[in-house]
Formats: sequence, C-alpha cells, structure tokens
Amino acid sequence: MTRVDIVILIVKCIVLALAATGVFAYFTLFERRLLARMQNRVGPNRAGPAGFLQPIADALKLFFKEDVTPLLADRRVYLISPAFAIVPALIIWATIPLGMWPDGRGGNWLQLAEVNVGILYLLAVTSIGVYGIAIAGWASNNKYSMLGGVRASAQVISYELALGLAVLGAVMQAQSFSTAEIVERQTLMWNVVPQFLGFVVFIIAATAEVVRAPFDLVEAEQELVGGYNTEYSSMKFALFFMSEYVKLVAMNAIAVTLFLGGWQFPGLQTLAAAATQQYGFVIGNAVLGLASLGAFLLKVMLLSFVSVWVRATLPRVRYDQLMDLGWKVLLPLSLANVVVTAVLNVFLPDSPVVTAIAGLVIGTGILLATAAIGRPGKEKRRVTLVQG
Amino acid sequence: MLANYAFVGVFFVAAVIFPLIPIVAAYFLGPKRPTPTKLDTYECGLEAVGDIRVQFKVQYYLYALAFVIFDIEVVFLYPWAVAYGELGLFALIAMAVFLFSLVEALVYAWKKGALEWV
Repeated sequence: MTRVDIVILIVKCIVLALAATGVFAYFTLFERRLLARMQNRVGPNRAGPAGFLQPIADALKLFFKEDVTPLLADRRVYLISPAFAIVPALIIWATIPLGMWPDGRGGNWLQLAEVNVGILYLLAVTSIGVYGIAIAGWASNNKYSMLGGVRASAQVISYELALGLAVLGAVMQAQSFSTAEIVERQTLMWNVVPQFLGFVVFIIAATAEVVRAPFDLVEAEQELVGGYNTEYSSMKFALFFMSEYVKLVAMNAIAVTLFLGGWQFPGLQTLAAAATQQYGFVIGNAVLGLASLGAFLLKVMLLSFVSVWVRATLPRVRYDQLMDLGWKVLLPLSLANVVVTAVLNVFLPDSPVVTAIAGLVIGTGILLATAAIGRPGKEKRRVTLVQG
Repeated sequence: MLANYAFVGVFFVAAVIFPLIPIVAAYFLGPKRPTPTKLDTYECGLEAVGDIRVQFKVQYYLYALAFVIFDIEVVFLYPWAVAYGELGLFALIAMAVFLFSLVEALVYAWKKGALEWV
C-alpha cells in the first residue's frame, strides 16, 4: 500500500461519513415536508428556498443548547451511549456498494470495502445499534427511558430473526456473502422477483429493526414521553436522532442492494459501452459510475418515500401485536421463504426464469394466504353498558 | 482482499471520531447554568417516586431466551446457504431435518404460551 492509497482511503472515509450525515440532514427535511403535505400542511419552508436551510438551522440551534446531565444518571454510561448508537449506524455503509466506478485495479471507487462476508458484517453491525438505545435507557435513570430501552431490546431482537432469514433468501439466490457479488448476480433479474416474500418480510422487519413508525413503541410519545432519549439534550440528543435516521436510510440501502438490483438498471452496460466507445475509457467509467450511483440513490429515495408514506398512513401497533407479528407471522413466513427458495433452486438449478416466476407465484400465494388467515375477524364486539 | 478489512477498521475509527466533534463543540458552545430542578429526573413535572431500577415483565426475558435459541440455529443456516447449490439433494434433506427441528421448537414455544404477551 502506497502513501497515495492511504490518502485516498482516508478521503473516502471522510466523504462517506459526511455523505451519511448530509443524507440524514436532508432526509429529515424530506420527511417533514412530505408528512406535512400528506397531512394537508405546508411544512418548514421559511429557512432558505423551500426550507432548504432548515436542517442547518436545526443543527446550529442544537449546538447552542445546554447539555444537561441528570444528577442521578450513570455519568460515564450516559456519555458513551450516543456513540454506541451512532457508530454502528455509520459503519453499516462501509460494505454497501453505492455504485460501480471501476478504479482500474479491480476495485470500485463507490464501495469502501469489498469483503467476502459483507452480509454477515451488515447483519452484525445493524444489531449492535440496539446497545446504544438499551444502555441509554438504563443510564438515564428515568422510568420512561428505562422502559423505552427495554422495549427496544425486546423488539429489535424479535425482528432480528425474521430479518436474518429474509436476508438469507437473497444470499441463497446468489450463493455468496459478498454484497458486490449479490448485486452482480441481479443483472438478469432483480431479486425482488424470485424473493418477493423475502423482500416483503425484509421491509417490515427492517422498519421494526430501526424502531420506526408504525413500530416506534420505543418512543411512543403518549406513553413514554420521549422513550430512551427523554433525558438527553443538545448534541447528544441530536446524535441519537441522527443514528435513527442514518440507520433507516442504511436499511433502505441494504434492501436496494439485496432485492432491488443495487446500482443496476436495464441498459446501464449498453450506456457505459457506448460512452467508452465514443469518449474513451476514463469517460466511459465515469458515466458508468455516475449513472449507477444515480440509479442507486433513486431507488433508496423511493424506499425512503415509502417509509415516510407508511409513517403518515399507519397508526402505531400495540406491544402484543408487535410481538405477535414478529414471532407468529414474520418468522414462519421467512422460514417458509427459505424452504421454497432451497427447493426451487435445488430442483430447477438451470432455469432461472422458471425458478423466479415460481418463486414469485408461491411467495405471493403464501402472503395472500397469511393475510386471509390473519384478517381481523368479523365477530361482533360485545358492548356492555354499565349503569350508574 | 485482506486490506478491505483494514478499510472497515479505518472507517470505524473515522466513525468514532466523527460524533466526538459535535459533542465537544456543543460542550464549549452551549450555556451551562445548572439548577437543582433542572438536573432532577424528569417525571411529568412531579417529584420522582420510588426507585427507577424496578422489576419489569419476565416476558422480555422469555423473548430474549427464545431469540438466543433461534438466532444460533439461524447462524447454522448461513454456511449452508452459500453452498447448497453444489451440495445438492442430500444437503437439502439434511437441512430440511434441521429446519424441522427449528420449526418444532417454534411451535413448542408457541403452544407453551412463551410467545404470548400478557
């Protein structure tokens, strides 16, 4: 490794960390504007053109707020828990291929680290994040925080299983743990077709994993005030807030990587080949890089839009409903998905199209059957009026 | 290939340094005017009642135990998932037996009422 390589690596790290922060800042604005529109409001539009400077104003405001540490809090743990939340949220991004810009030495400019166990890394890092929430709830020495932390731990580990099994479906499709290879294998067909059931389970489980509406019982305002971050203020609160949003966008990025073809889109290779022929190798690579990055970001934005849409549409679930959904619906569904994928791929290894269509049909069938069984019954509510 | 793990390590260091900057900046920029009331534990504006480290529902532990069991079993599925195409029918049947034990454990826990939130 030469000195240039080290400089490039450091620059890449800084750019990626800053990009994640920037995405967080503008995702909050995107969400607030969109939620406002869905609720017939206008949303923040005063700071800068169309509210564009609002995230910066919010950040600056938080810098100048007093950082209060409650007397009863466990000071050291209280101080360290925001870091426990934000560090995993940031390092998720290390192995996600954001695009395909070949650097001419077998590498890719748009992926920080291509490790052959990328999927295991992603799973490990996404589940570390809950430690930050759990110890924040414990260290604050506040009943609301404590309950929020405990709820978060139980919720995240419950959905971890379904999430891991849904990811397993995508791994089985590519028979590889490498994120780059999983994207590469989706050139012919995105995984969402053969893995439709896995995709649906993944999206639901990921929403619960990042404790977002409608699964945001951790910070249910009506019961727990602010949940685990009740006692946090100033920049420490901002870091929790940031970790939540960075993780949400990262989860969407993982969903895109595993199921929606990553940075690929039909016609990408033709476009890159044409550019290479016309303007040479460097420009061709640049076109490939920028086009793939654009496609990736567009898909992530689409899923982020869905996240906001879901938040605006669905009411918060009850805790028993949450646990039932995780253990009694999503876990069996994801197990079924693994079995279906295995059987189809072992018996029909040479016909990917047939396998994919069969997978789609069976997956949709299982989903519809589950929805039919789990539909709220029509039994009459018994209402008893009590006199006096 | 091995260098890529080092990249992850470098990014980890960057990710650790990164949140320190705003925390330190906020420490110097923000006002510090503590009062006893301000430093009190928040409990809807009333004085906090009782100890905070209370007992909570045993259900949370049950879920945690069930999680440990299932998560370890799921981990065994991962190596198989990257090789099942080459291993063929025998590995499929072996894994089906293993999966059956997994499902059986889930059904047992379900019927035992370990997954009921009461």
